[in-house]
Amino acid sequence: MKPSKAWVIIVSVILLLVGIRMSIGQGMARAYVERVDQSVEVKANDKHGASTEKWTEWHSVAPKKFEAAQMADQSQTKIVFSLANTIGLWLAAFFTLAIFSFLYRDNPGYRLAEAVIIGVSAAYWGVVGFWDTLVPKLFGALTPTLVHDQVLPSLPAPSIGQVVAMYFALALGLMLLMRLAPKGGWISLWPIAFIIGVTAGLKIVSHVESDLVAQSVATFKPLVQPVVGAEGGWMLWPTIWASLKNILLVVGVLCCLTYFFFSVEHKGVAGRAARIGIMYLMITFGAAFGFTVMGRVALLAARIEFLFDDWLWLIDPAGKRIVEVATAAGSMLCWW
Amino acid sequence: MSKLLSILESLDRRWIFLAMAISVAGPILYIGITGKTLPETPTPAARAVYKEIEALPPGTPVLLSFDFDPASGGELIPMATSLVHQCAARRLRMVFIALWPLGPQLIDETIKRVILADYPDLKEGVDYVNVGFQSGNEAVMKVMLTDFAKAFPITKNGIAVGDVVALQGIQRVLDFPLLITISAGYPGAKEWIQYVVSSSGGKIKMVTGCTGVQTSALYPYYPNQLSGLLGAIKGAAEYESLVNSSLAPNDTSAAIPAKYLEAQRRMGPQLGAHLLMIALIILGNIAYFAQRKSKVRATS
Repeated sequence: MKPSKAWVIIVSVILLLVGIRMSIGQGMARAYVERVDQSVEVKANDKHGASTEKWTEWHSVAPKKFEAAQMADQSQTKIVFSLANTIGLWLAAFFTLAIFSFLYRDNPGYRLAEAVIIGVSAAYWGVVGFWDTLVPKLFGALTPTLVHDQVLPSLPAPSIGQVVAMYFALALGLMLLMRLAPKGGWISLWPIAFIIGVTAGLKIVSHVESDLVAQSVATFKPLVQPVVGAEGGWMLWPTIWASLKNILLVVGVLCCLTYFFFSVEHKGVAGRAARIGIMYLMITFGAAFGFTVMGRVALLAARIEFLFDDWLWLIDPAGKRIVEVATAAGSMLCWW
Repeated sequence: MSKLLSILESLDRRWIFLAMAISVAGPILYIGITGKTLPETPTPAARAVYKEIEALPPGTPVLLSFDFDPASGGELIPMATSLVHQCAARRLRMVFIALWPLGPQLIDETIKRVILADYPDLKEGVDYVNVGFQSGNEAVMKVMLTDFAKAFPITKNGIAVGDVVALQGIQRVLDFPLLITISAGYPGAKEWIQYVVSSSGGKIKMVTGCTGVQTSALYPYYPNQLSGLLGAIKGAAEYESLVNSSLAPNDTSAAIPAKYLEAQRRMGPQLGAHLLMIALIILGNIAYFAQRKSKVRATS
């Protein structure tokens, strides 16, 4: 079958299923919001007098709340249908399905979703970098009055040391940008050297302290670990179990270290120890793979839950809707 | 047998994707409709998290660092919900921070979901505060070791930290007896251990909830440098069941809100997916050995 035909069939089936779902029960994928009026008393200061600032916020609410409000009063406007949130919901469902569609074959829908993710992420990081780093740290130190008056009134005034440090940081930042210039790219090596030096200094100390020393100490275990009972005597099976755990740990560490010790040929005792070390490493990789699978399945489950719950309204674990979900899901499954 | 082997050898991987989708979607539908979840037996690492929080007297300040973003929400949001649930029930003073830029929004959502919904008597700024995000990764942790206000001068709402009641008596990170991190990568639990816990000389204890990918890298730190560990959705489900059973020990008939069962609900799809994975690994090995045997026969 040609790829284009396959896609036409897949999209048609999805559209047909969605259409059927929309016609069963109370439909699907609608979002509602509640109007919340907010106000705050602004105290008087030397620039302006006391005042009350008012604004309106729209909070997302469950469809059940909307239905309850409608039953109580048909003309109410406090909880209303939100077109913007509904479009967002449909877009979220579309992009989820578009990303999943790659499992079948590369297609324009997947590429669109991928491009949107990259674009949104890049823009978001740009905004975060500006407002969370440049404004409070750099501009807050170099132009404190402007930042204090216009953006962050609670930001404490910088000390002389901070201002000097920020001029230094600004200079290093500008030097780093020289990497983009056609000439003088070598200037960027200085800030890179600074970054590497500081990072190495920070990391060496912490790694030695927390990984090398602390982890080595944790490995020094007694091979016989007595577990004392309430009467003061050794408990046989707990003692055997605790000792076995310690023996496995110590043997594992020594054998894995032997495997990575390449100055001696892996023959005889060293070879056998290295072989046991490989087994330990394989078990470790297996455990890591198992945890990774668990993590990925949890993420997949979360997306499918979103499709079934928020979008298709097939399930309702949180009791967000009055509609009998089991009926909707059952009807859908029966039809299927 | 030979027919089965030839099918396995030429099997299009998309059938495996479809099987995985069904094995995950099926339990979700079943659990979503029936409301039934699988029973959980907490492991010592999950029990340790619960005990560390339970051991703190009411009013004790705890630092909760949300070092993740919505991409890991499927695993970590259930943990965040249960951790805040237990802290709120214990009436601990919760100070929320984030070293990931999307952390503050996730903190706000968790506060709304747990504190505002079920603990309305807790006051913002007094019993809990969202201090917000700070860029700088490990540098922020190092600064917090000496001066908390220097690392986080203002809260997410723009209030100077010196004016926040919930932060009274907090000069540096070591003034918190317990640090709770919810971690999805860098910077996260590993950096907190390396830069804060290891430098503290035992003054601060730390428990963490982390993604499955991180779990195997964090286990070596437990129980010496890490007092408790919730690994992946399984750890979240164990801890969730522990918190739920402790907060309603005598009233088993009372329905537990769905938001406090999120991790347990996700263990159903885990079961389906893992059974499929095990079956595929066994089938793959059978096919491999059978193929090798037939090649040996053909050669001889």
